[in-house]
Amino acid sequence: MFDFGANAWMVDKVLIATWETIYMVAISTFLSYVVGLPLGIILVTTSEGHILENKRFNQVLGSIVNAVRSIPFIIFLILIIPLTRLIVGTSIGTIASIVPLTLAAIPFVARLVETSLKEIEWGLVEAALSMGANAWQVISKVLLPEAMPSLNLGVAITTINLVGYSAMAGIVGGGGLGTLAYYYGYQRYENGIMWITVIVLVVLVQLVQMLGDTLAAKISNRRR
Amino acid sequence: MIEVKNLTKIFNTVNQEIVALDDVSLHVEKGEIFGIIGLSGAGKSTLIRCINMLEKPTKGSVVIDGIEITTLEPQDLRSARQKIGMIFQHFNLLSSRTVFDNVIFPLEIAGVPKKEAGKRVEELLDLVGLSDRAKSYPSQLSGGQKQRVGIARALANSPKILLSDEATSALDPQTTRSILDLLKDINHRYNLTILLITHDMNVIKETCDRVAVIDDSRIVEVGRVINIFSNPQTATSRSFIGNIINREISDQLLQRPAEQASGIITRVIRVSFIGESAGKPLISSMIKKFDMDANILYGNIDRIKDTPFGYLTLELTGAPDQVAEGLDYLSGHGLEVEAIDNV
Repeated sequence: MFDFGANAWMVDKVLIATWETIYMVAISTFLSYVVGLPLGIILVTTSEGHILENKRFNQVLGSIVNAVRSIPFIIFLILIIPLTRLIVGTSIGTIASIVPLTLAAIPFVARLVETSLKEIEWGLVEAALSMGANAWQVISKVLLPEAMPSLNLGVAITTINLVGYSAMAGIVGGGGLGTLAYYYGYQRYENGIMWITVIVLVVLVQLVQMLGDTLAAKISNRRR
Repeated sequence: MIEVKNLTKIFNTVNQEIVALDDVSLHVEKGEIFGIIGLSGAGKSTLIRCINMLEKPTKGSVVIDGIEITTLEPQDLRSARQKIGMIFQHFNLLSSRTVFDNVIFPLEIAGVPKKEAGKRVEELLDLVGLSDRAKSYPSQLSGGQKQRVGIARALANSPKILLSDEATSALDPQTTRSILDLLKDINHRYNLTILLITHDMNVIKETCDRVAVIDDSRIVEVGRVINIFSNPQTATSRSFIGNIINREISDQLLQRPAEQASGIITRVIRVSFIGESAGKPLISSMIKKFDMDANILYGNIDRIKDTPFGYLTLELTGAPDQVAEGLDYLSGHGLEVEAIDNV
């Protein structure tokens, strides 16, 4: 089934595709946190009884987040092609994939961050407030540092999700391992490529999860 | 130092209004340790949280050291809070920070320069006896040590008052005692006003100068702890005292059949000794002075904060006029005398 030796070019293809996937996922993860992290913080702090309580705003924001999250990624991808073209000038290729990947991940990240921050005991927030802390100090000195292990795991989950999404983006020309698997594995019936892709993806996901777990454990251990 | 006036707090839930505080007024003097005791749900927690506006009162006002807290702008409230220390039942230390960094936290918030803040933290850790644990994380400390960190943290900004929200309720009796000793020491050393809430009458007995008893969202009794112990006016106070001091005497002893010669009566009385009077042999001189017998049914001596305090339940037998004069004699010497035989 595997016929590597005869196809040295294949190794090249896989390496390039792997790099494209890593590149695309890393940038999308980063960008989705740039927006998603503040959104998550806002979702928590504007909720009822919290430091920046604003029920109406919280409801509206929550609904938008839910709406985007409820669109299946493969549909979302096609739906926002005009926007992608507007931003990067094309809808094909690695760079173009970053747009839908990031936009789809933002609400996901926001909810993950929200969950992590909600786990923080309210007593800690109250203690900070009783010392005269303002909202920003509560966020930066209490919520985020206390939630750090959990936030780290969230990054791992997001990255892994984006690896999966990136493969979907690959099918509509997004580049990376998805494109490779689709063109060679599906359209040309080259099962070898298909399997290599799968193996590389499995390894990638394992690595990310391990990294996330190790980091979270390291932070938690230091505090133990 | 703390003036609470007509404080009312109503929580609106979906189905009903819950009155947590009903027209509560209090006055706490500078330098005193003032206790508020009540069962869970009585409203004491809401009350202490209204003092630093963690809970916004529905009506009424709180004035601390001349500053009306209830109407401050957010910015001013934050600076006022820096001068109100607070300690908590569950300590509420940041797990992400070491002991040192937890204690420096309020100084960071107040914007105190790092070097100065560091020096202050060292002083405070020394005060609470945790200098050697500066680099530890809270999870490496015992409950008592955590509360010491909490106390050091609360004192960091040299507050005018310290609020204690059930600070010893999660601790064992021995640790509780050491934390209470620390609080008394701080109160003494800095003349710091302490307002504490608790459901444990022992805490009141060990530390407080004055106490307010809160029941069903209202303050039902306020006074010096000694007075509340020697002469409680409400059933709530009596039951709190009964939890730690046996005041009641068994019915069997009270209902002994009185087989008496004519002209002789038997009275059962409870005498409370406070302070100096606990050291004088007043009972024996009463017996010598008047023609009567005294039978001790129950006795107990204890300490309220730093004052000796005791109860003695006596059965006096003698001519009615002699017994009456004897009782007057005891009251005349500053003892609290209470008839408990319902005659």
